[in-house]
Amino acid sequence: MSTEKKNNDDAPAAPGGALKEAESRLHYAVRELSQSSWVITLLSVVVALVVGALLILATNPQVQATTGYFFAQPGDFFLTSFEVIRDAYSALFRGAVYDWQAATPDRAIRPITETLVNAVPLILAGLGIAIGFRSGMLNIGGQGQIILGATCAAFIGYAFNLPVGAHLLLALVGGALGGAIWGGIAGVLKAKTGANEVIVTIMLNNIALYLLAWLLRQQWFVQTGSNQPIAAPVEDSARLFGLLGTGFRLHAGILLAIAATVFVWWLLERSTLGFEFRAIGENPDAARTAGINVPKATALVLIIGGGLCGLGGAAHLLGTEYRLGAGIAGTLGFDAITVALLGRSKPLGTFLAGVLFGGLRAGGVLMQAQTGTPIDIVLVLQSVIVLLIAAPPLVRAIFFLPNPDGTAKSPRRRRLKDQQAAEAAQEPAPTQEVTK
Amino acid sequence: MSDQHTPEQVTDAETTAVHAEPRQEAEARLQPIKWKFPITYALLALLSLSAFTFLSPTGAVTQFRLATGSDFVALPAVNVPSFAGALVLSLLQLAMAALAIYCAARRIKLGVWLPMLFGLFFVLAFLIYAGAGRGAFIPVVTLLAGALMLSVPLIFGAMCGLVGERSGIINIAIEGQLLAGAFLAAVAASFFTSAYVGLLAAPFAGAAVGGLLVWFAVKYHVNQIIVGVVLNVLVIGLTSFLYSTVLTQNSELWNARQQLPRLPIPGLSQIPIIGPVLFNQTILVYLMYVIVFALHILVFKSRWGLRMRAVGEHPKAADTVGINVPRTRIFNTVLAGGIAGLGGAYFTVGQGLAFGQEMSAGQGFIALAAMILGRWNPKGALLAALLFGFSTSVGQVLSTIGTPVPSEMLLMLPYVITIFAVAGFVGRVRPPAAEGVPYIK
Repeated sequence: MSTEKKNNDDAPAAPGGALKEAESRLHYAVRELSQSSWVITLLSVVVALVVGALLILATNPQVQATTGYFFAQPGDFFLTSFEVIRDAYSALFRGAVYDWQAATPDRAIRPITETLVNAVPLILAGLGIAIGFRSGMLNIGGQGQIILGATCAAFIGYAFNLPVGAHLLLALVGGALGGAIWGGIAGVLKAKTGANEVIVTIMLNNIALYLLAWLLRQQWFVQTGSNQPIAAPVEDSARLFGLLGTGFRLHAGILLAIAATVFVWWLLERSTLGFEFRAIGENPDAARTAGINVPKATALVLIIGGGLCGLGGAAHLLGTEYRLGAGIAGTLGFDAITVALLGRSKPLGTFLAGVLFGGLRAGGVLMQAQTGTPIDIVLVLQSVIVLLIAAPPLVRAIFFLPNPDGTAKSPRRRRLKDQQAAEAAQEPAPTQEVTK
Repeated sequence: MSDQHTPEQVTDAETTAVHAEPRQEAEARLQPIKWKFPITYALLALLSLSAFTFLSPTGAVTQFRLATGSDFVALPAVNVPSFAGALVLSLLQLAMAALAIYCAARRIKLGVWLPMLFGLFFVLAFLIYAGAGRGAFIPVVTLLAGALMLSVPLIFGAMCGLVGERSGIINIAIEGQLLAGAFLAAVAASFFTSAYVGLLAAPFAGAAVGGLLVWFAVKYHVNQIIVGVVLNVLVIGLTSFLYSTVLTQNSELWNARQQLPRLPIPGLSQIPIIGPVLFNQTILVYLMYVIVFALHILVFKSRWGLRMRAVGEHPKAADTVGINVPRTRIFNTVLAGGIAGLGGAYFTVGQGLAFGQEMSAGQGFIALAAMILGRWNPKGALLAALLFGFSTSVGQVLSTIGTPVPSEMLLMLPYVITIFAVAGFVGRVRPPAAEGVPYIK
């Protein structure tokens, strides 16, 4: 691992003999390593894969058969287990990255494009959620904002007749506006009345669901002439164009996702508005003292975040689905939250997390088709990863990595250390029974 | 003092007599008059008059059926002339709105009977309008029984959220706890071919989810809302995975339907209308009555409740007087998880259904809404959950007899009301002060 090497080289010389120096260097390196968020993320993924493997083993009929004569022939059990896990995870990999069993080169590289297709809405919506997190706001309303975005984009996509470029642009803008309005309701209510954005966005999710269900029963809306609760397909002129020709579903939405990632980076790291966002996230009182209009910034965070989620919904519809149905958002909204969390609310991190979860989803499809492992395992993997990265001490405990003791360089870390010590003293061990 | 008191003098004397709160009284008097509610009443009454009354077809009749076939006392069906009935109810509402406006202007406080009675009249007027000239009966007993049925998981979920949040742990994972309870109840009941075993097992599933939540929240100080959201995903993933593998591979063994039997209470269950609704239920529903009643007493009147509230409002103060804050939070959240798990059992063994993927279908979030609307109070949460169940039940009944109002709008209603509530329209909603804040010494 390159980070390990680097840390080893950078470690400052400790006083004492050569042996002692080497030891402290190693300690320092390990400690630094266990601090690194990349390592924690990687280890979280490893733990999640192990948990997933155990689940697959526990439910696999072949493995269950071998446990029947485990003591007679334990080798069978281990061999079958190994094969089952290998098959499942290699299918996951082949479905997500590169299929070495495919007949043609096109087919072989198709999985990675499918991963990106899945990643587009996750990245866009994840960025929207991440802006909220960075500003201290928990936007749980990705689902509703995605639904509104997809709904507006779809309606513009089939109800209007416009030239090629303008139609797509209008549909995308409409989608972003739809999401922005939905996020804006929560934002304005929070700014004006202090209404908790978590509750309001959760409620708006459900309202959006019923709103869509109602719209899909209205003939003026669906414009299909049938009673099916599904809208007319989006016109060609409003579809996100494919990037790789026939046989591939990868569409221009990925460019949109990249552009949005750059935009969010610029917004949060380089713009005045982004500074205000981060300021109200860190300390609203200080922000107010510094002259920042906190209510306005609060509303804007959710409006922009909602707009990005809406754009995610629009890209999903205009690039992949083309037809608006009741299940358009699937679990995208909640997946987007996990994406933003895994990406630690940083633009690049969110992008990569979106690609990872998009890959899990794409690979899950092949895994389900080839090995019969239900795609729901992907949800388990996702949630375990996010739970673990939220609790680095737990990951360190699992892998017997040292806690950040001694090297408390910043006051913040020192405080954290003290907290943990105080807490360890406070809590006997209720955790053990809970883990089971 | 002379005997000739004017009312003003009496109130003045009273205010000064209450030594503890003279200032509060004075402040209350100086507060601006709250016109919000009287105006809302007036608008709703006008809506009732204009829409429900004048849009009812003239000469139409709305039929209410007050009994089911198996009732002990079979009440006859009631026919209400739609226009006249709605008109009378609308005029009553207008009168109540006028009373509210008068009392608001005079700063007279009105009891809780006004909104309740007003709501009842409004709903009745709406039902008369919805059923006008449809030729079908509005089955009142079915409507109310459906309302209670739909409320059961909401009430359990709301009680779970209440116990957790009162001790300072925000619980977004109610949804996951309900689903986990439903799953384990179905599996255990099927395996042991006894619905009661399922009922016993369900709380453990909910408690396990609650335990995970509080473990991450208390030990690792992870944001509780985030843990809740992720736990929901985890439970959906786990149960769906196990459903598609184990439960479908051998559904007779693992996912056979088991139903808790109905246990009519002799005497009480024979009361017309409310008897069959309230007292001809499964043990789970009776258990719910007990839990709500117990919490109503215990939260405010017991040592456990006092400690729970102290930890949720001001953990530092609680710690100072020797209450173990983390332990209290852990115990209460696990206990709350158990309550939600029981509620989850209602989806499977309570209704005699097999487990299905994501069968809790967002009920956990409505339960959360009910708890907030009920202001973290068992009685309030109960009423809010019943209101939500009732509006869903009305939506279901009306969609079968055909309705002028889209059922989606009625289904949306709980969520819209909750948004109004947290936006400060329905009184001030104040959560426990230390909710969601990890306690770090």
